[in-house]
Amino acid sequence: MSSQKYQVLNLYKTLLYMGREYPLGYPYFRDRCHKAFARNRTETDVQTIDQMIKRGEFVVKEIEALYRLKKYRTLRKRYYKHELEPDTDSTA
Amino acid sequence: MGSLRILVGCKRVIDYAVRIRVKPDKKGVITDGIKHSLNPFDEIAVEEAVRLKEKKLAADICAVSIGPQACQETLRTALAMGADRAIHVEVDDKTYQTLQPIHVSKILAKLAADEKIDLVIVGKQAIDDDSNSTAQMTAAFLGWPQATNASKVEPDGAGSVTVTREVDGGLETIKCKTPAVVSADLRLNEPRYATLPNIMKAKKKAIDKKKPSDLGVDVSPRIEILSVEEPPKRESGAKVESVDDLLTKLKGLGRI
Repeated sequence: MSSQKYQVLNLYKTLLYMGREYPLGYPYFRDRCHKAFARNRTETDVQTIDQMIKRGEFVVKEIEALYRLKKYRTLRKRYYKHELEPDTDSTA
Repeated sequence: MGSLRILVGCKRVIDYAVRIRVKPDKKGVITDGIKHSLNPFDEIAVEEAVRLKEKKLAADICAVSIGPQACQETLRTALAMGADRAIHVEVDDKTYQTLQPIHVSKILAKLAADEKIDLVIVGKQAIDDDSNSTAQMTAAFLGWPQATNASKVEPDGAGSVTVTREVDGGLETIKCKTPAVVSADLRLNEPRYATLPNIMKAKKKAIDKKKPSDLGVDVSPRIEILSVEEPPKRESGAKVESVDDLLTKLKGLGRI
């Protein structure tokens, strides 16, 4: 059972790694991510920290979904425009 | 229970979200310092291969990339997603500029034969050249059946694969014997995100290096790039306040 410190550091590293592709830019993401973690640096209650880690893991899943959806929608718009505009004449 | 050996094509392309800029010399687009990634359709191909392995229909997944040194990054992504091993066929930057599907498909065909591949899966097209020909040519060189624009791939584990294809006006389902070549369409699956721990683990997986000459393939240019230009800029529209206004303007432009 890994220590909470290890879990938190891992979470931070994972988020920064994912932040590289953030649409608003890595500096924006890194800044907010750092602030979010720094804000809670004095927390000591094990249960609360556990909840925060779970929240962080949830955010990781949300970001993953965001990227996936963005990519799918962009590709669909680029290559399958005729599907999105069924009434217009397509010159695929 | 299947033991398909899969070969997946992984092209390194400029990331789909990047705004492309034409080089000042008009011979290509700016690639220096620009974010590159695995071609999205190839990503879907890798994902399909990994899912087949998870379903125990595939035994081995080999990712291939053809190009300069940086292609190894692309292969690492494929390995992180679950490919077992990778082959990097190295060509220098200059050759890469004129590398075409015909060269790529010859290389893939040779590798498929050498590695005793049962299923070649590639993306249906690359988002940079949009050729949509590599899968077809590879199948032709091998004399294998081809199932392109696949939105569903179902091997039966007994020497055949049923593929649902996205065609104009709907879906077509075909069944072909393996070995075969399949090209992945957008709706085949949703690729997993290569997580950091998996990227780290992937560093330990082997990337075999080869040259086109090792495979007996001539990659000398068959085309010459004359120029690359941006599409004409769209002219800005004008807003009108009412239908009468619109009619007046159209009359003024001699349109009606």
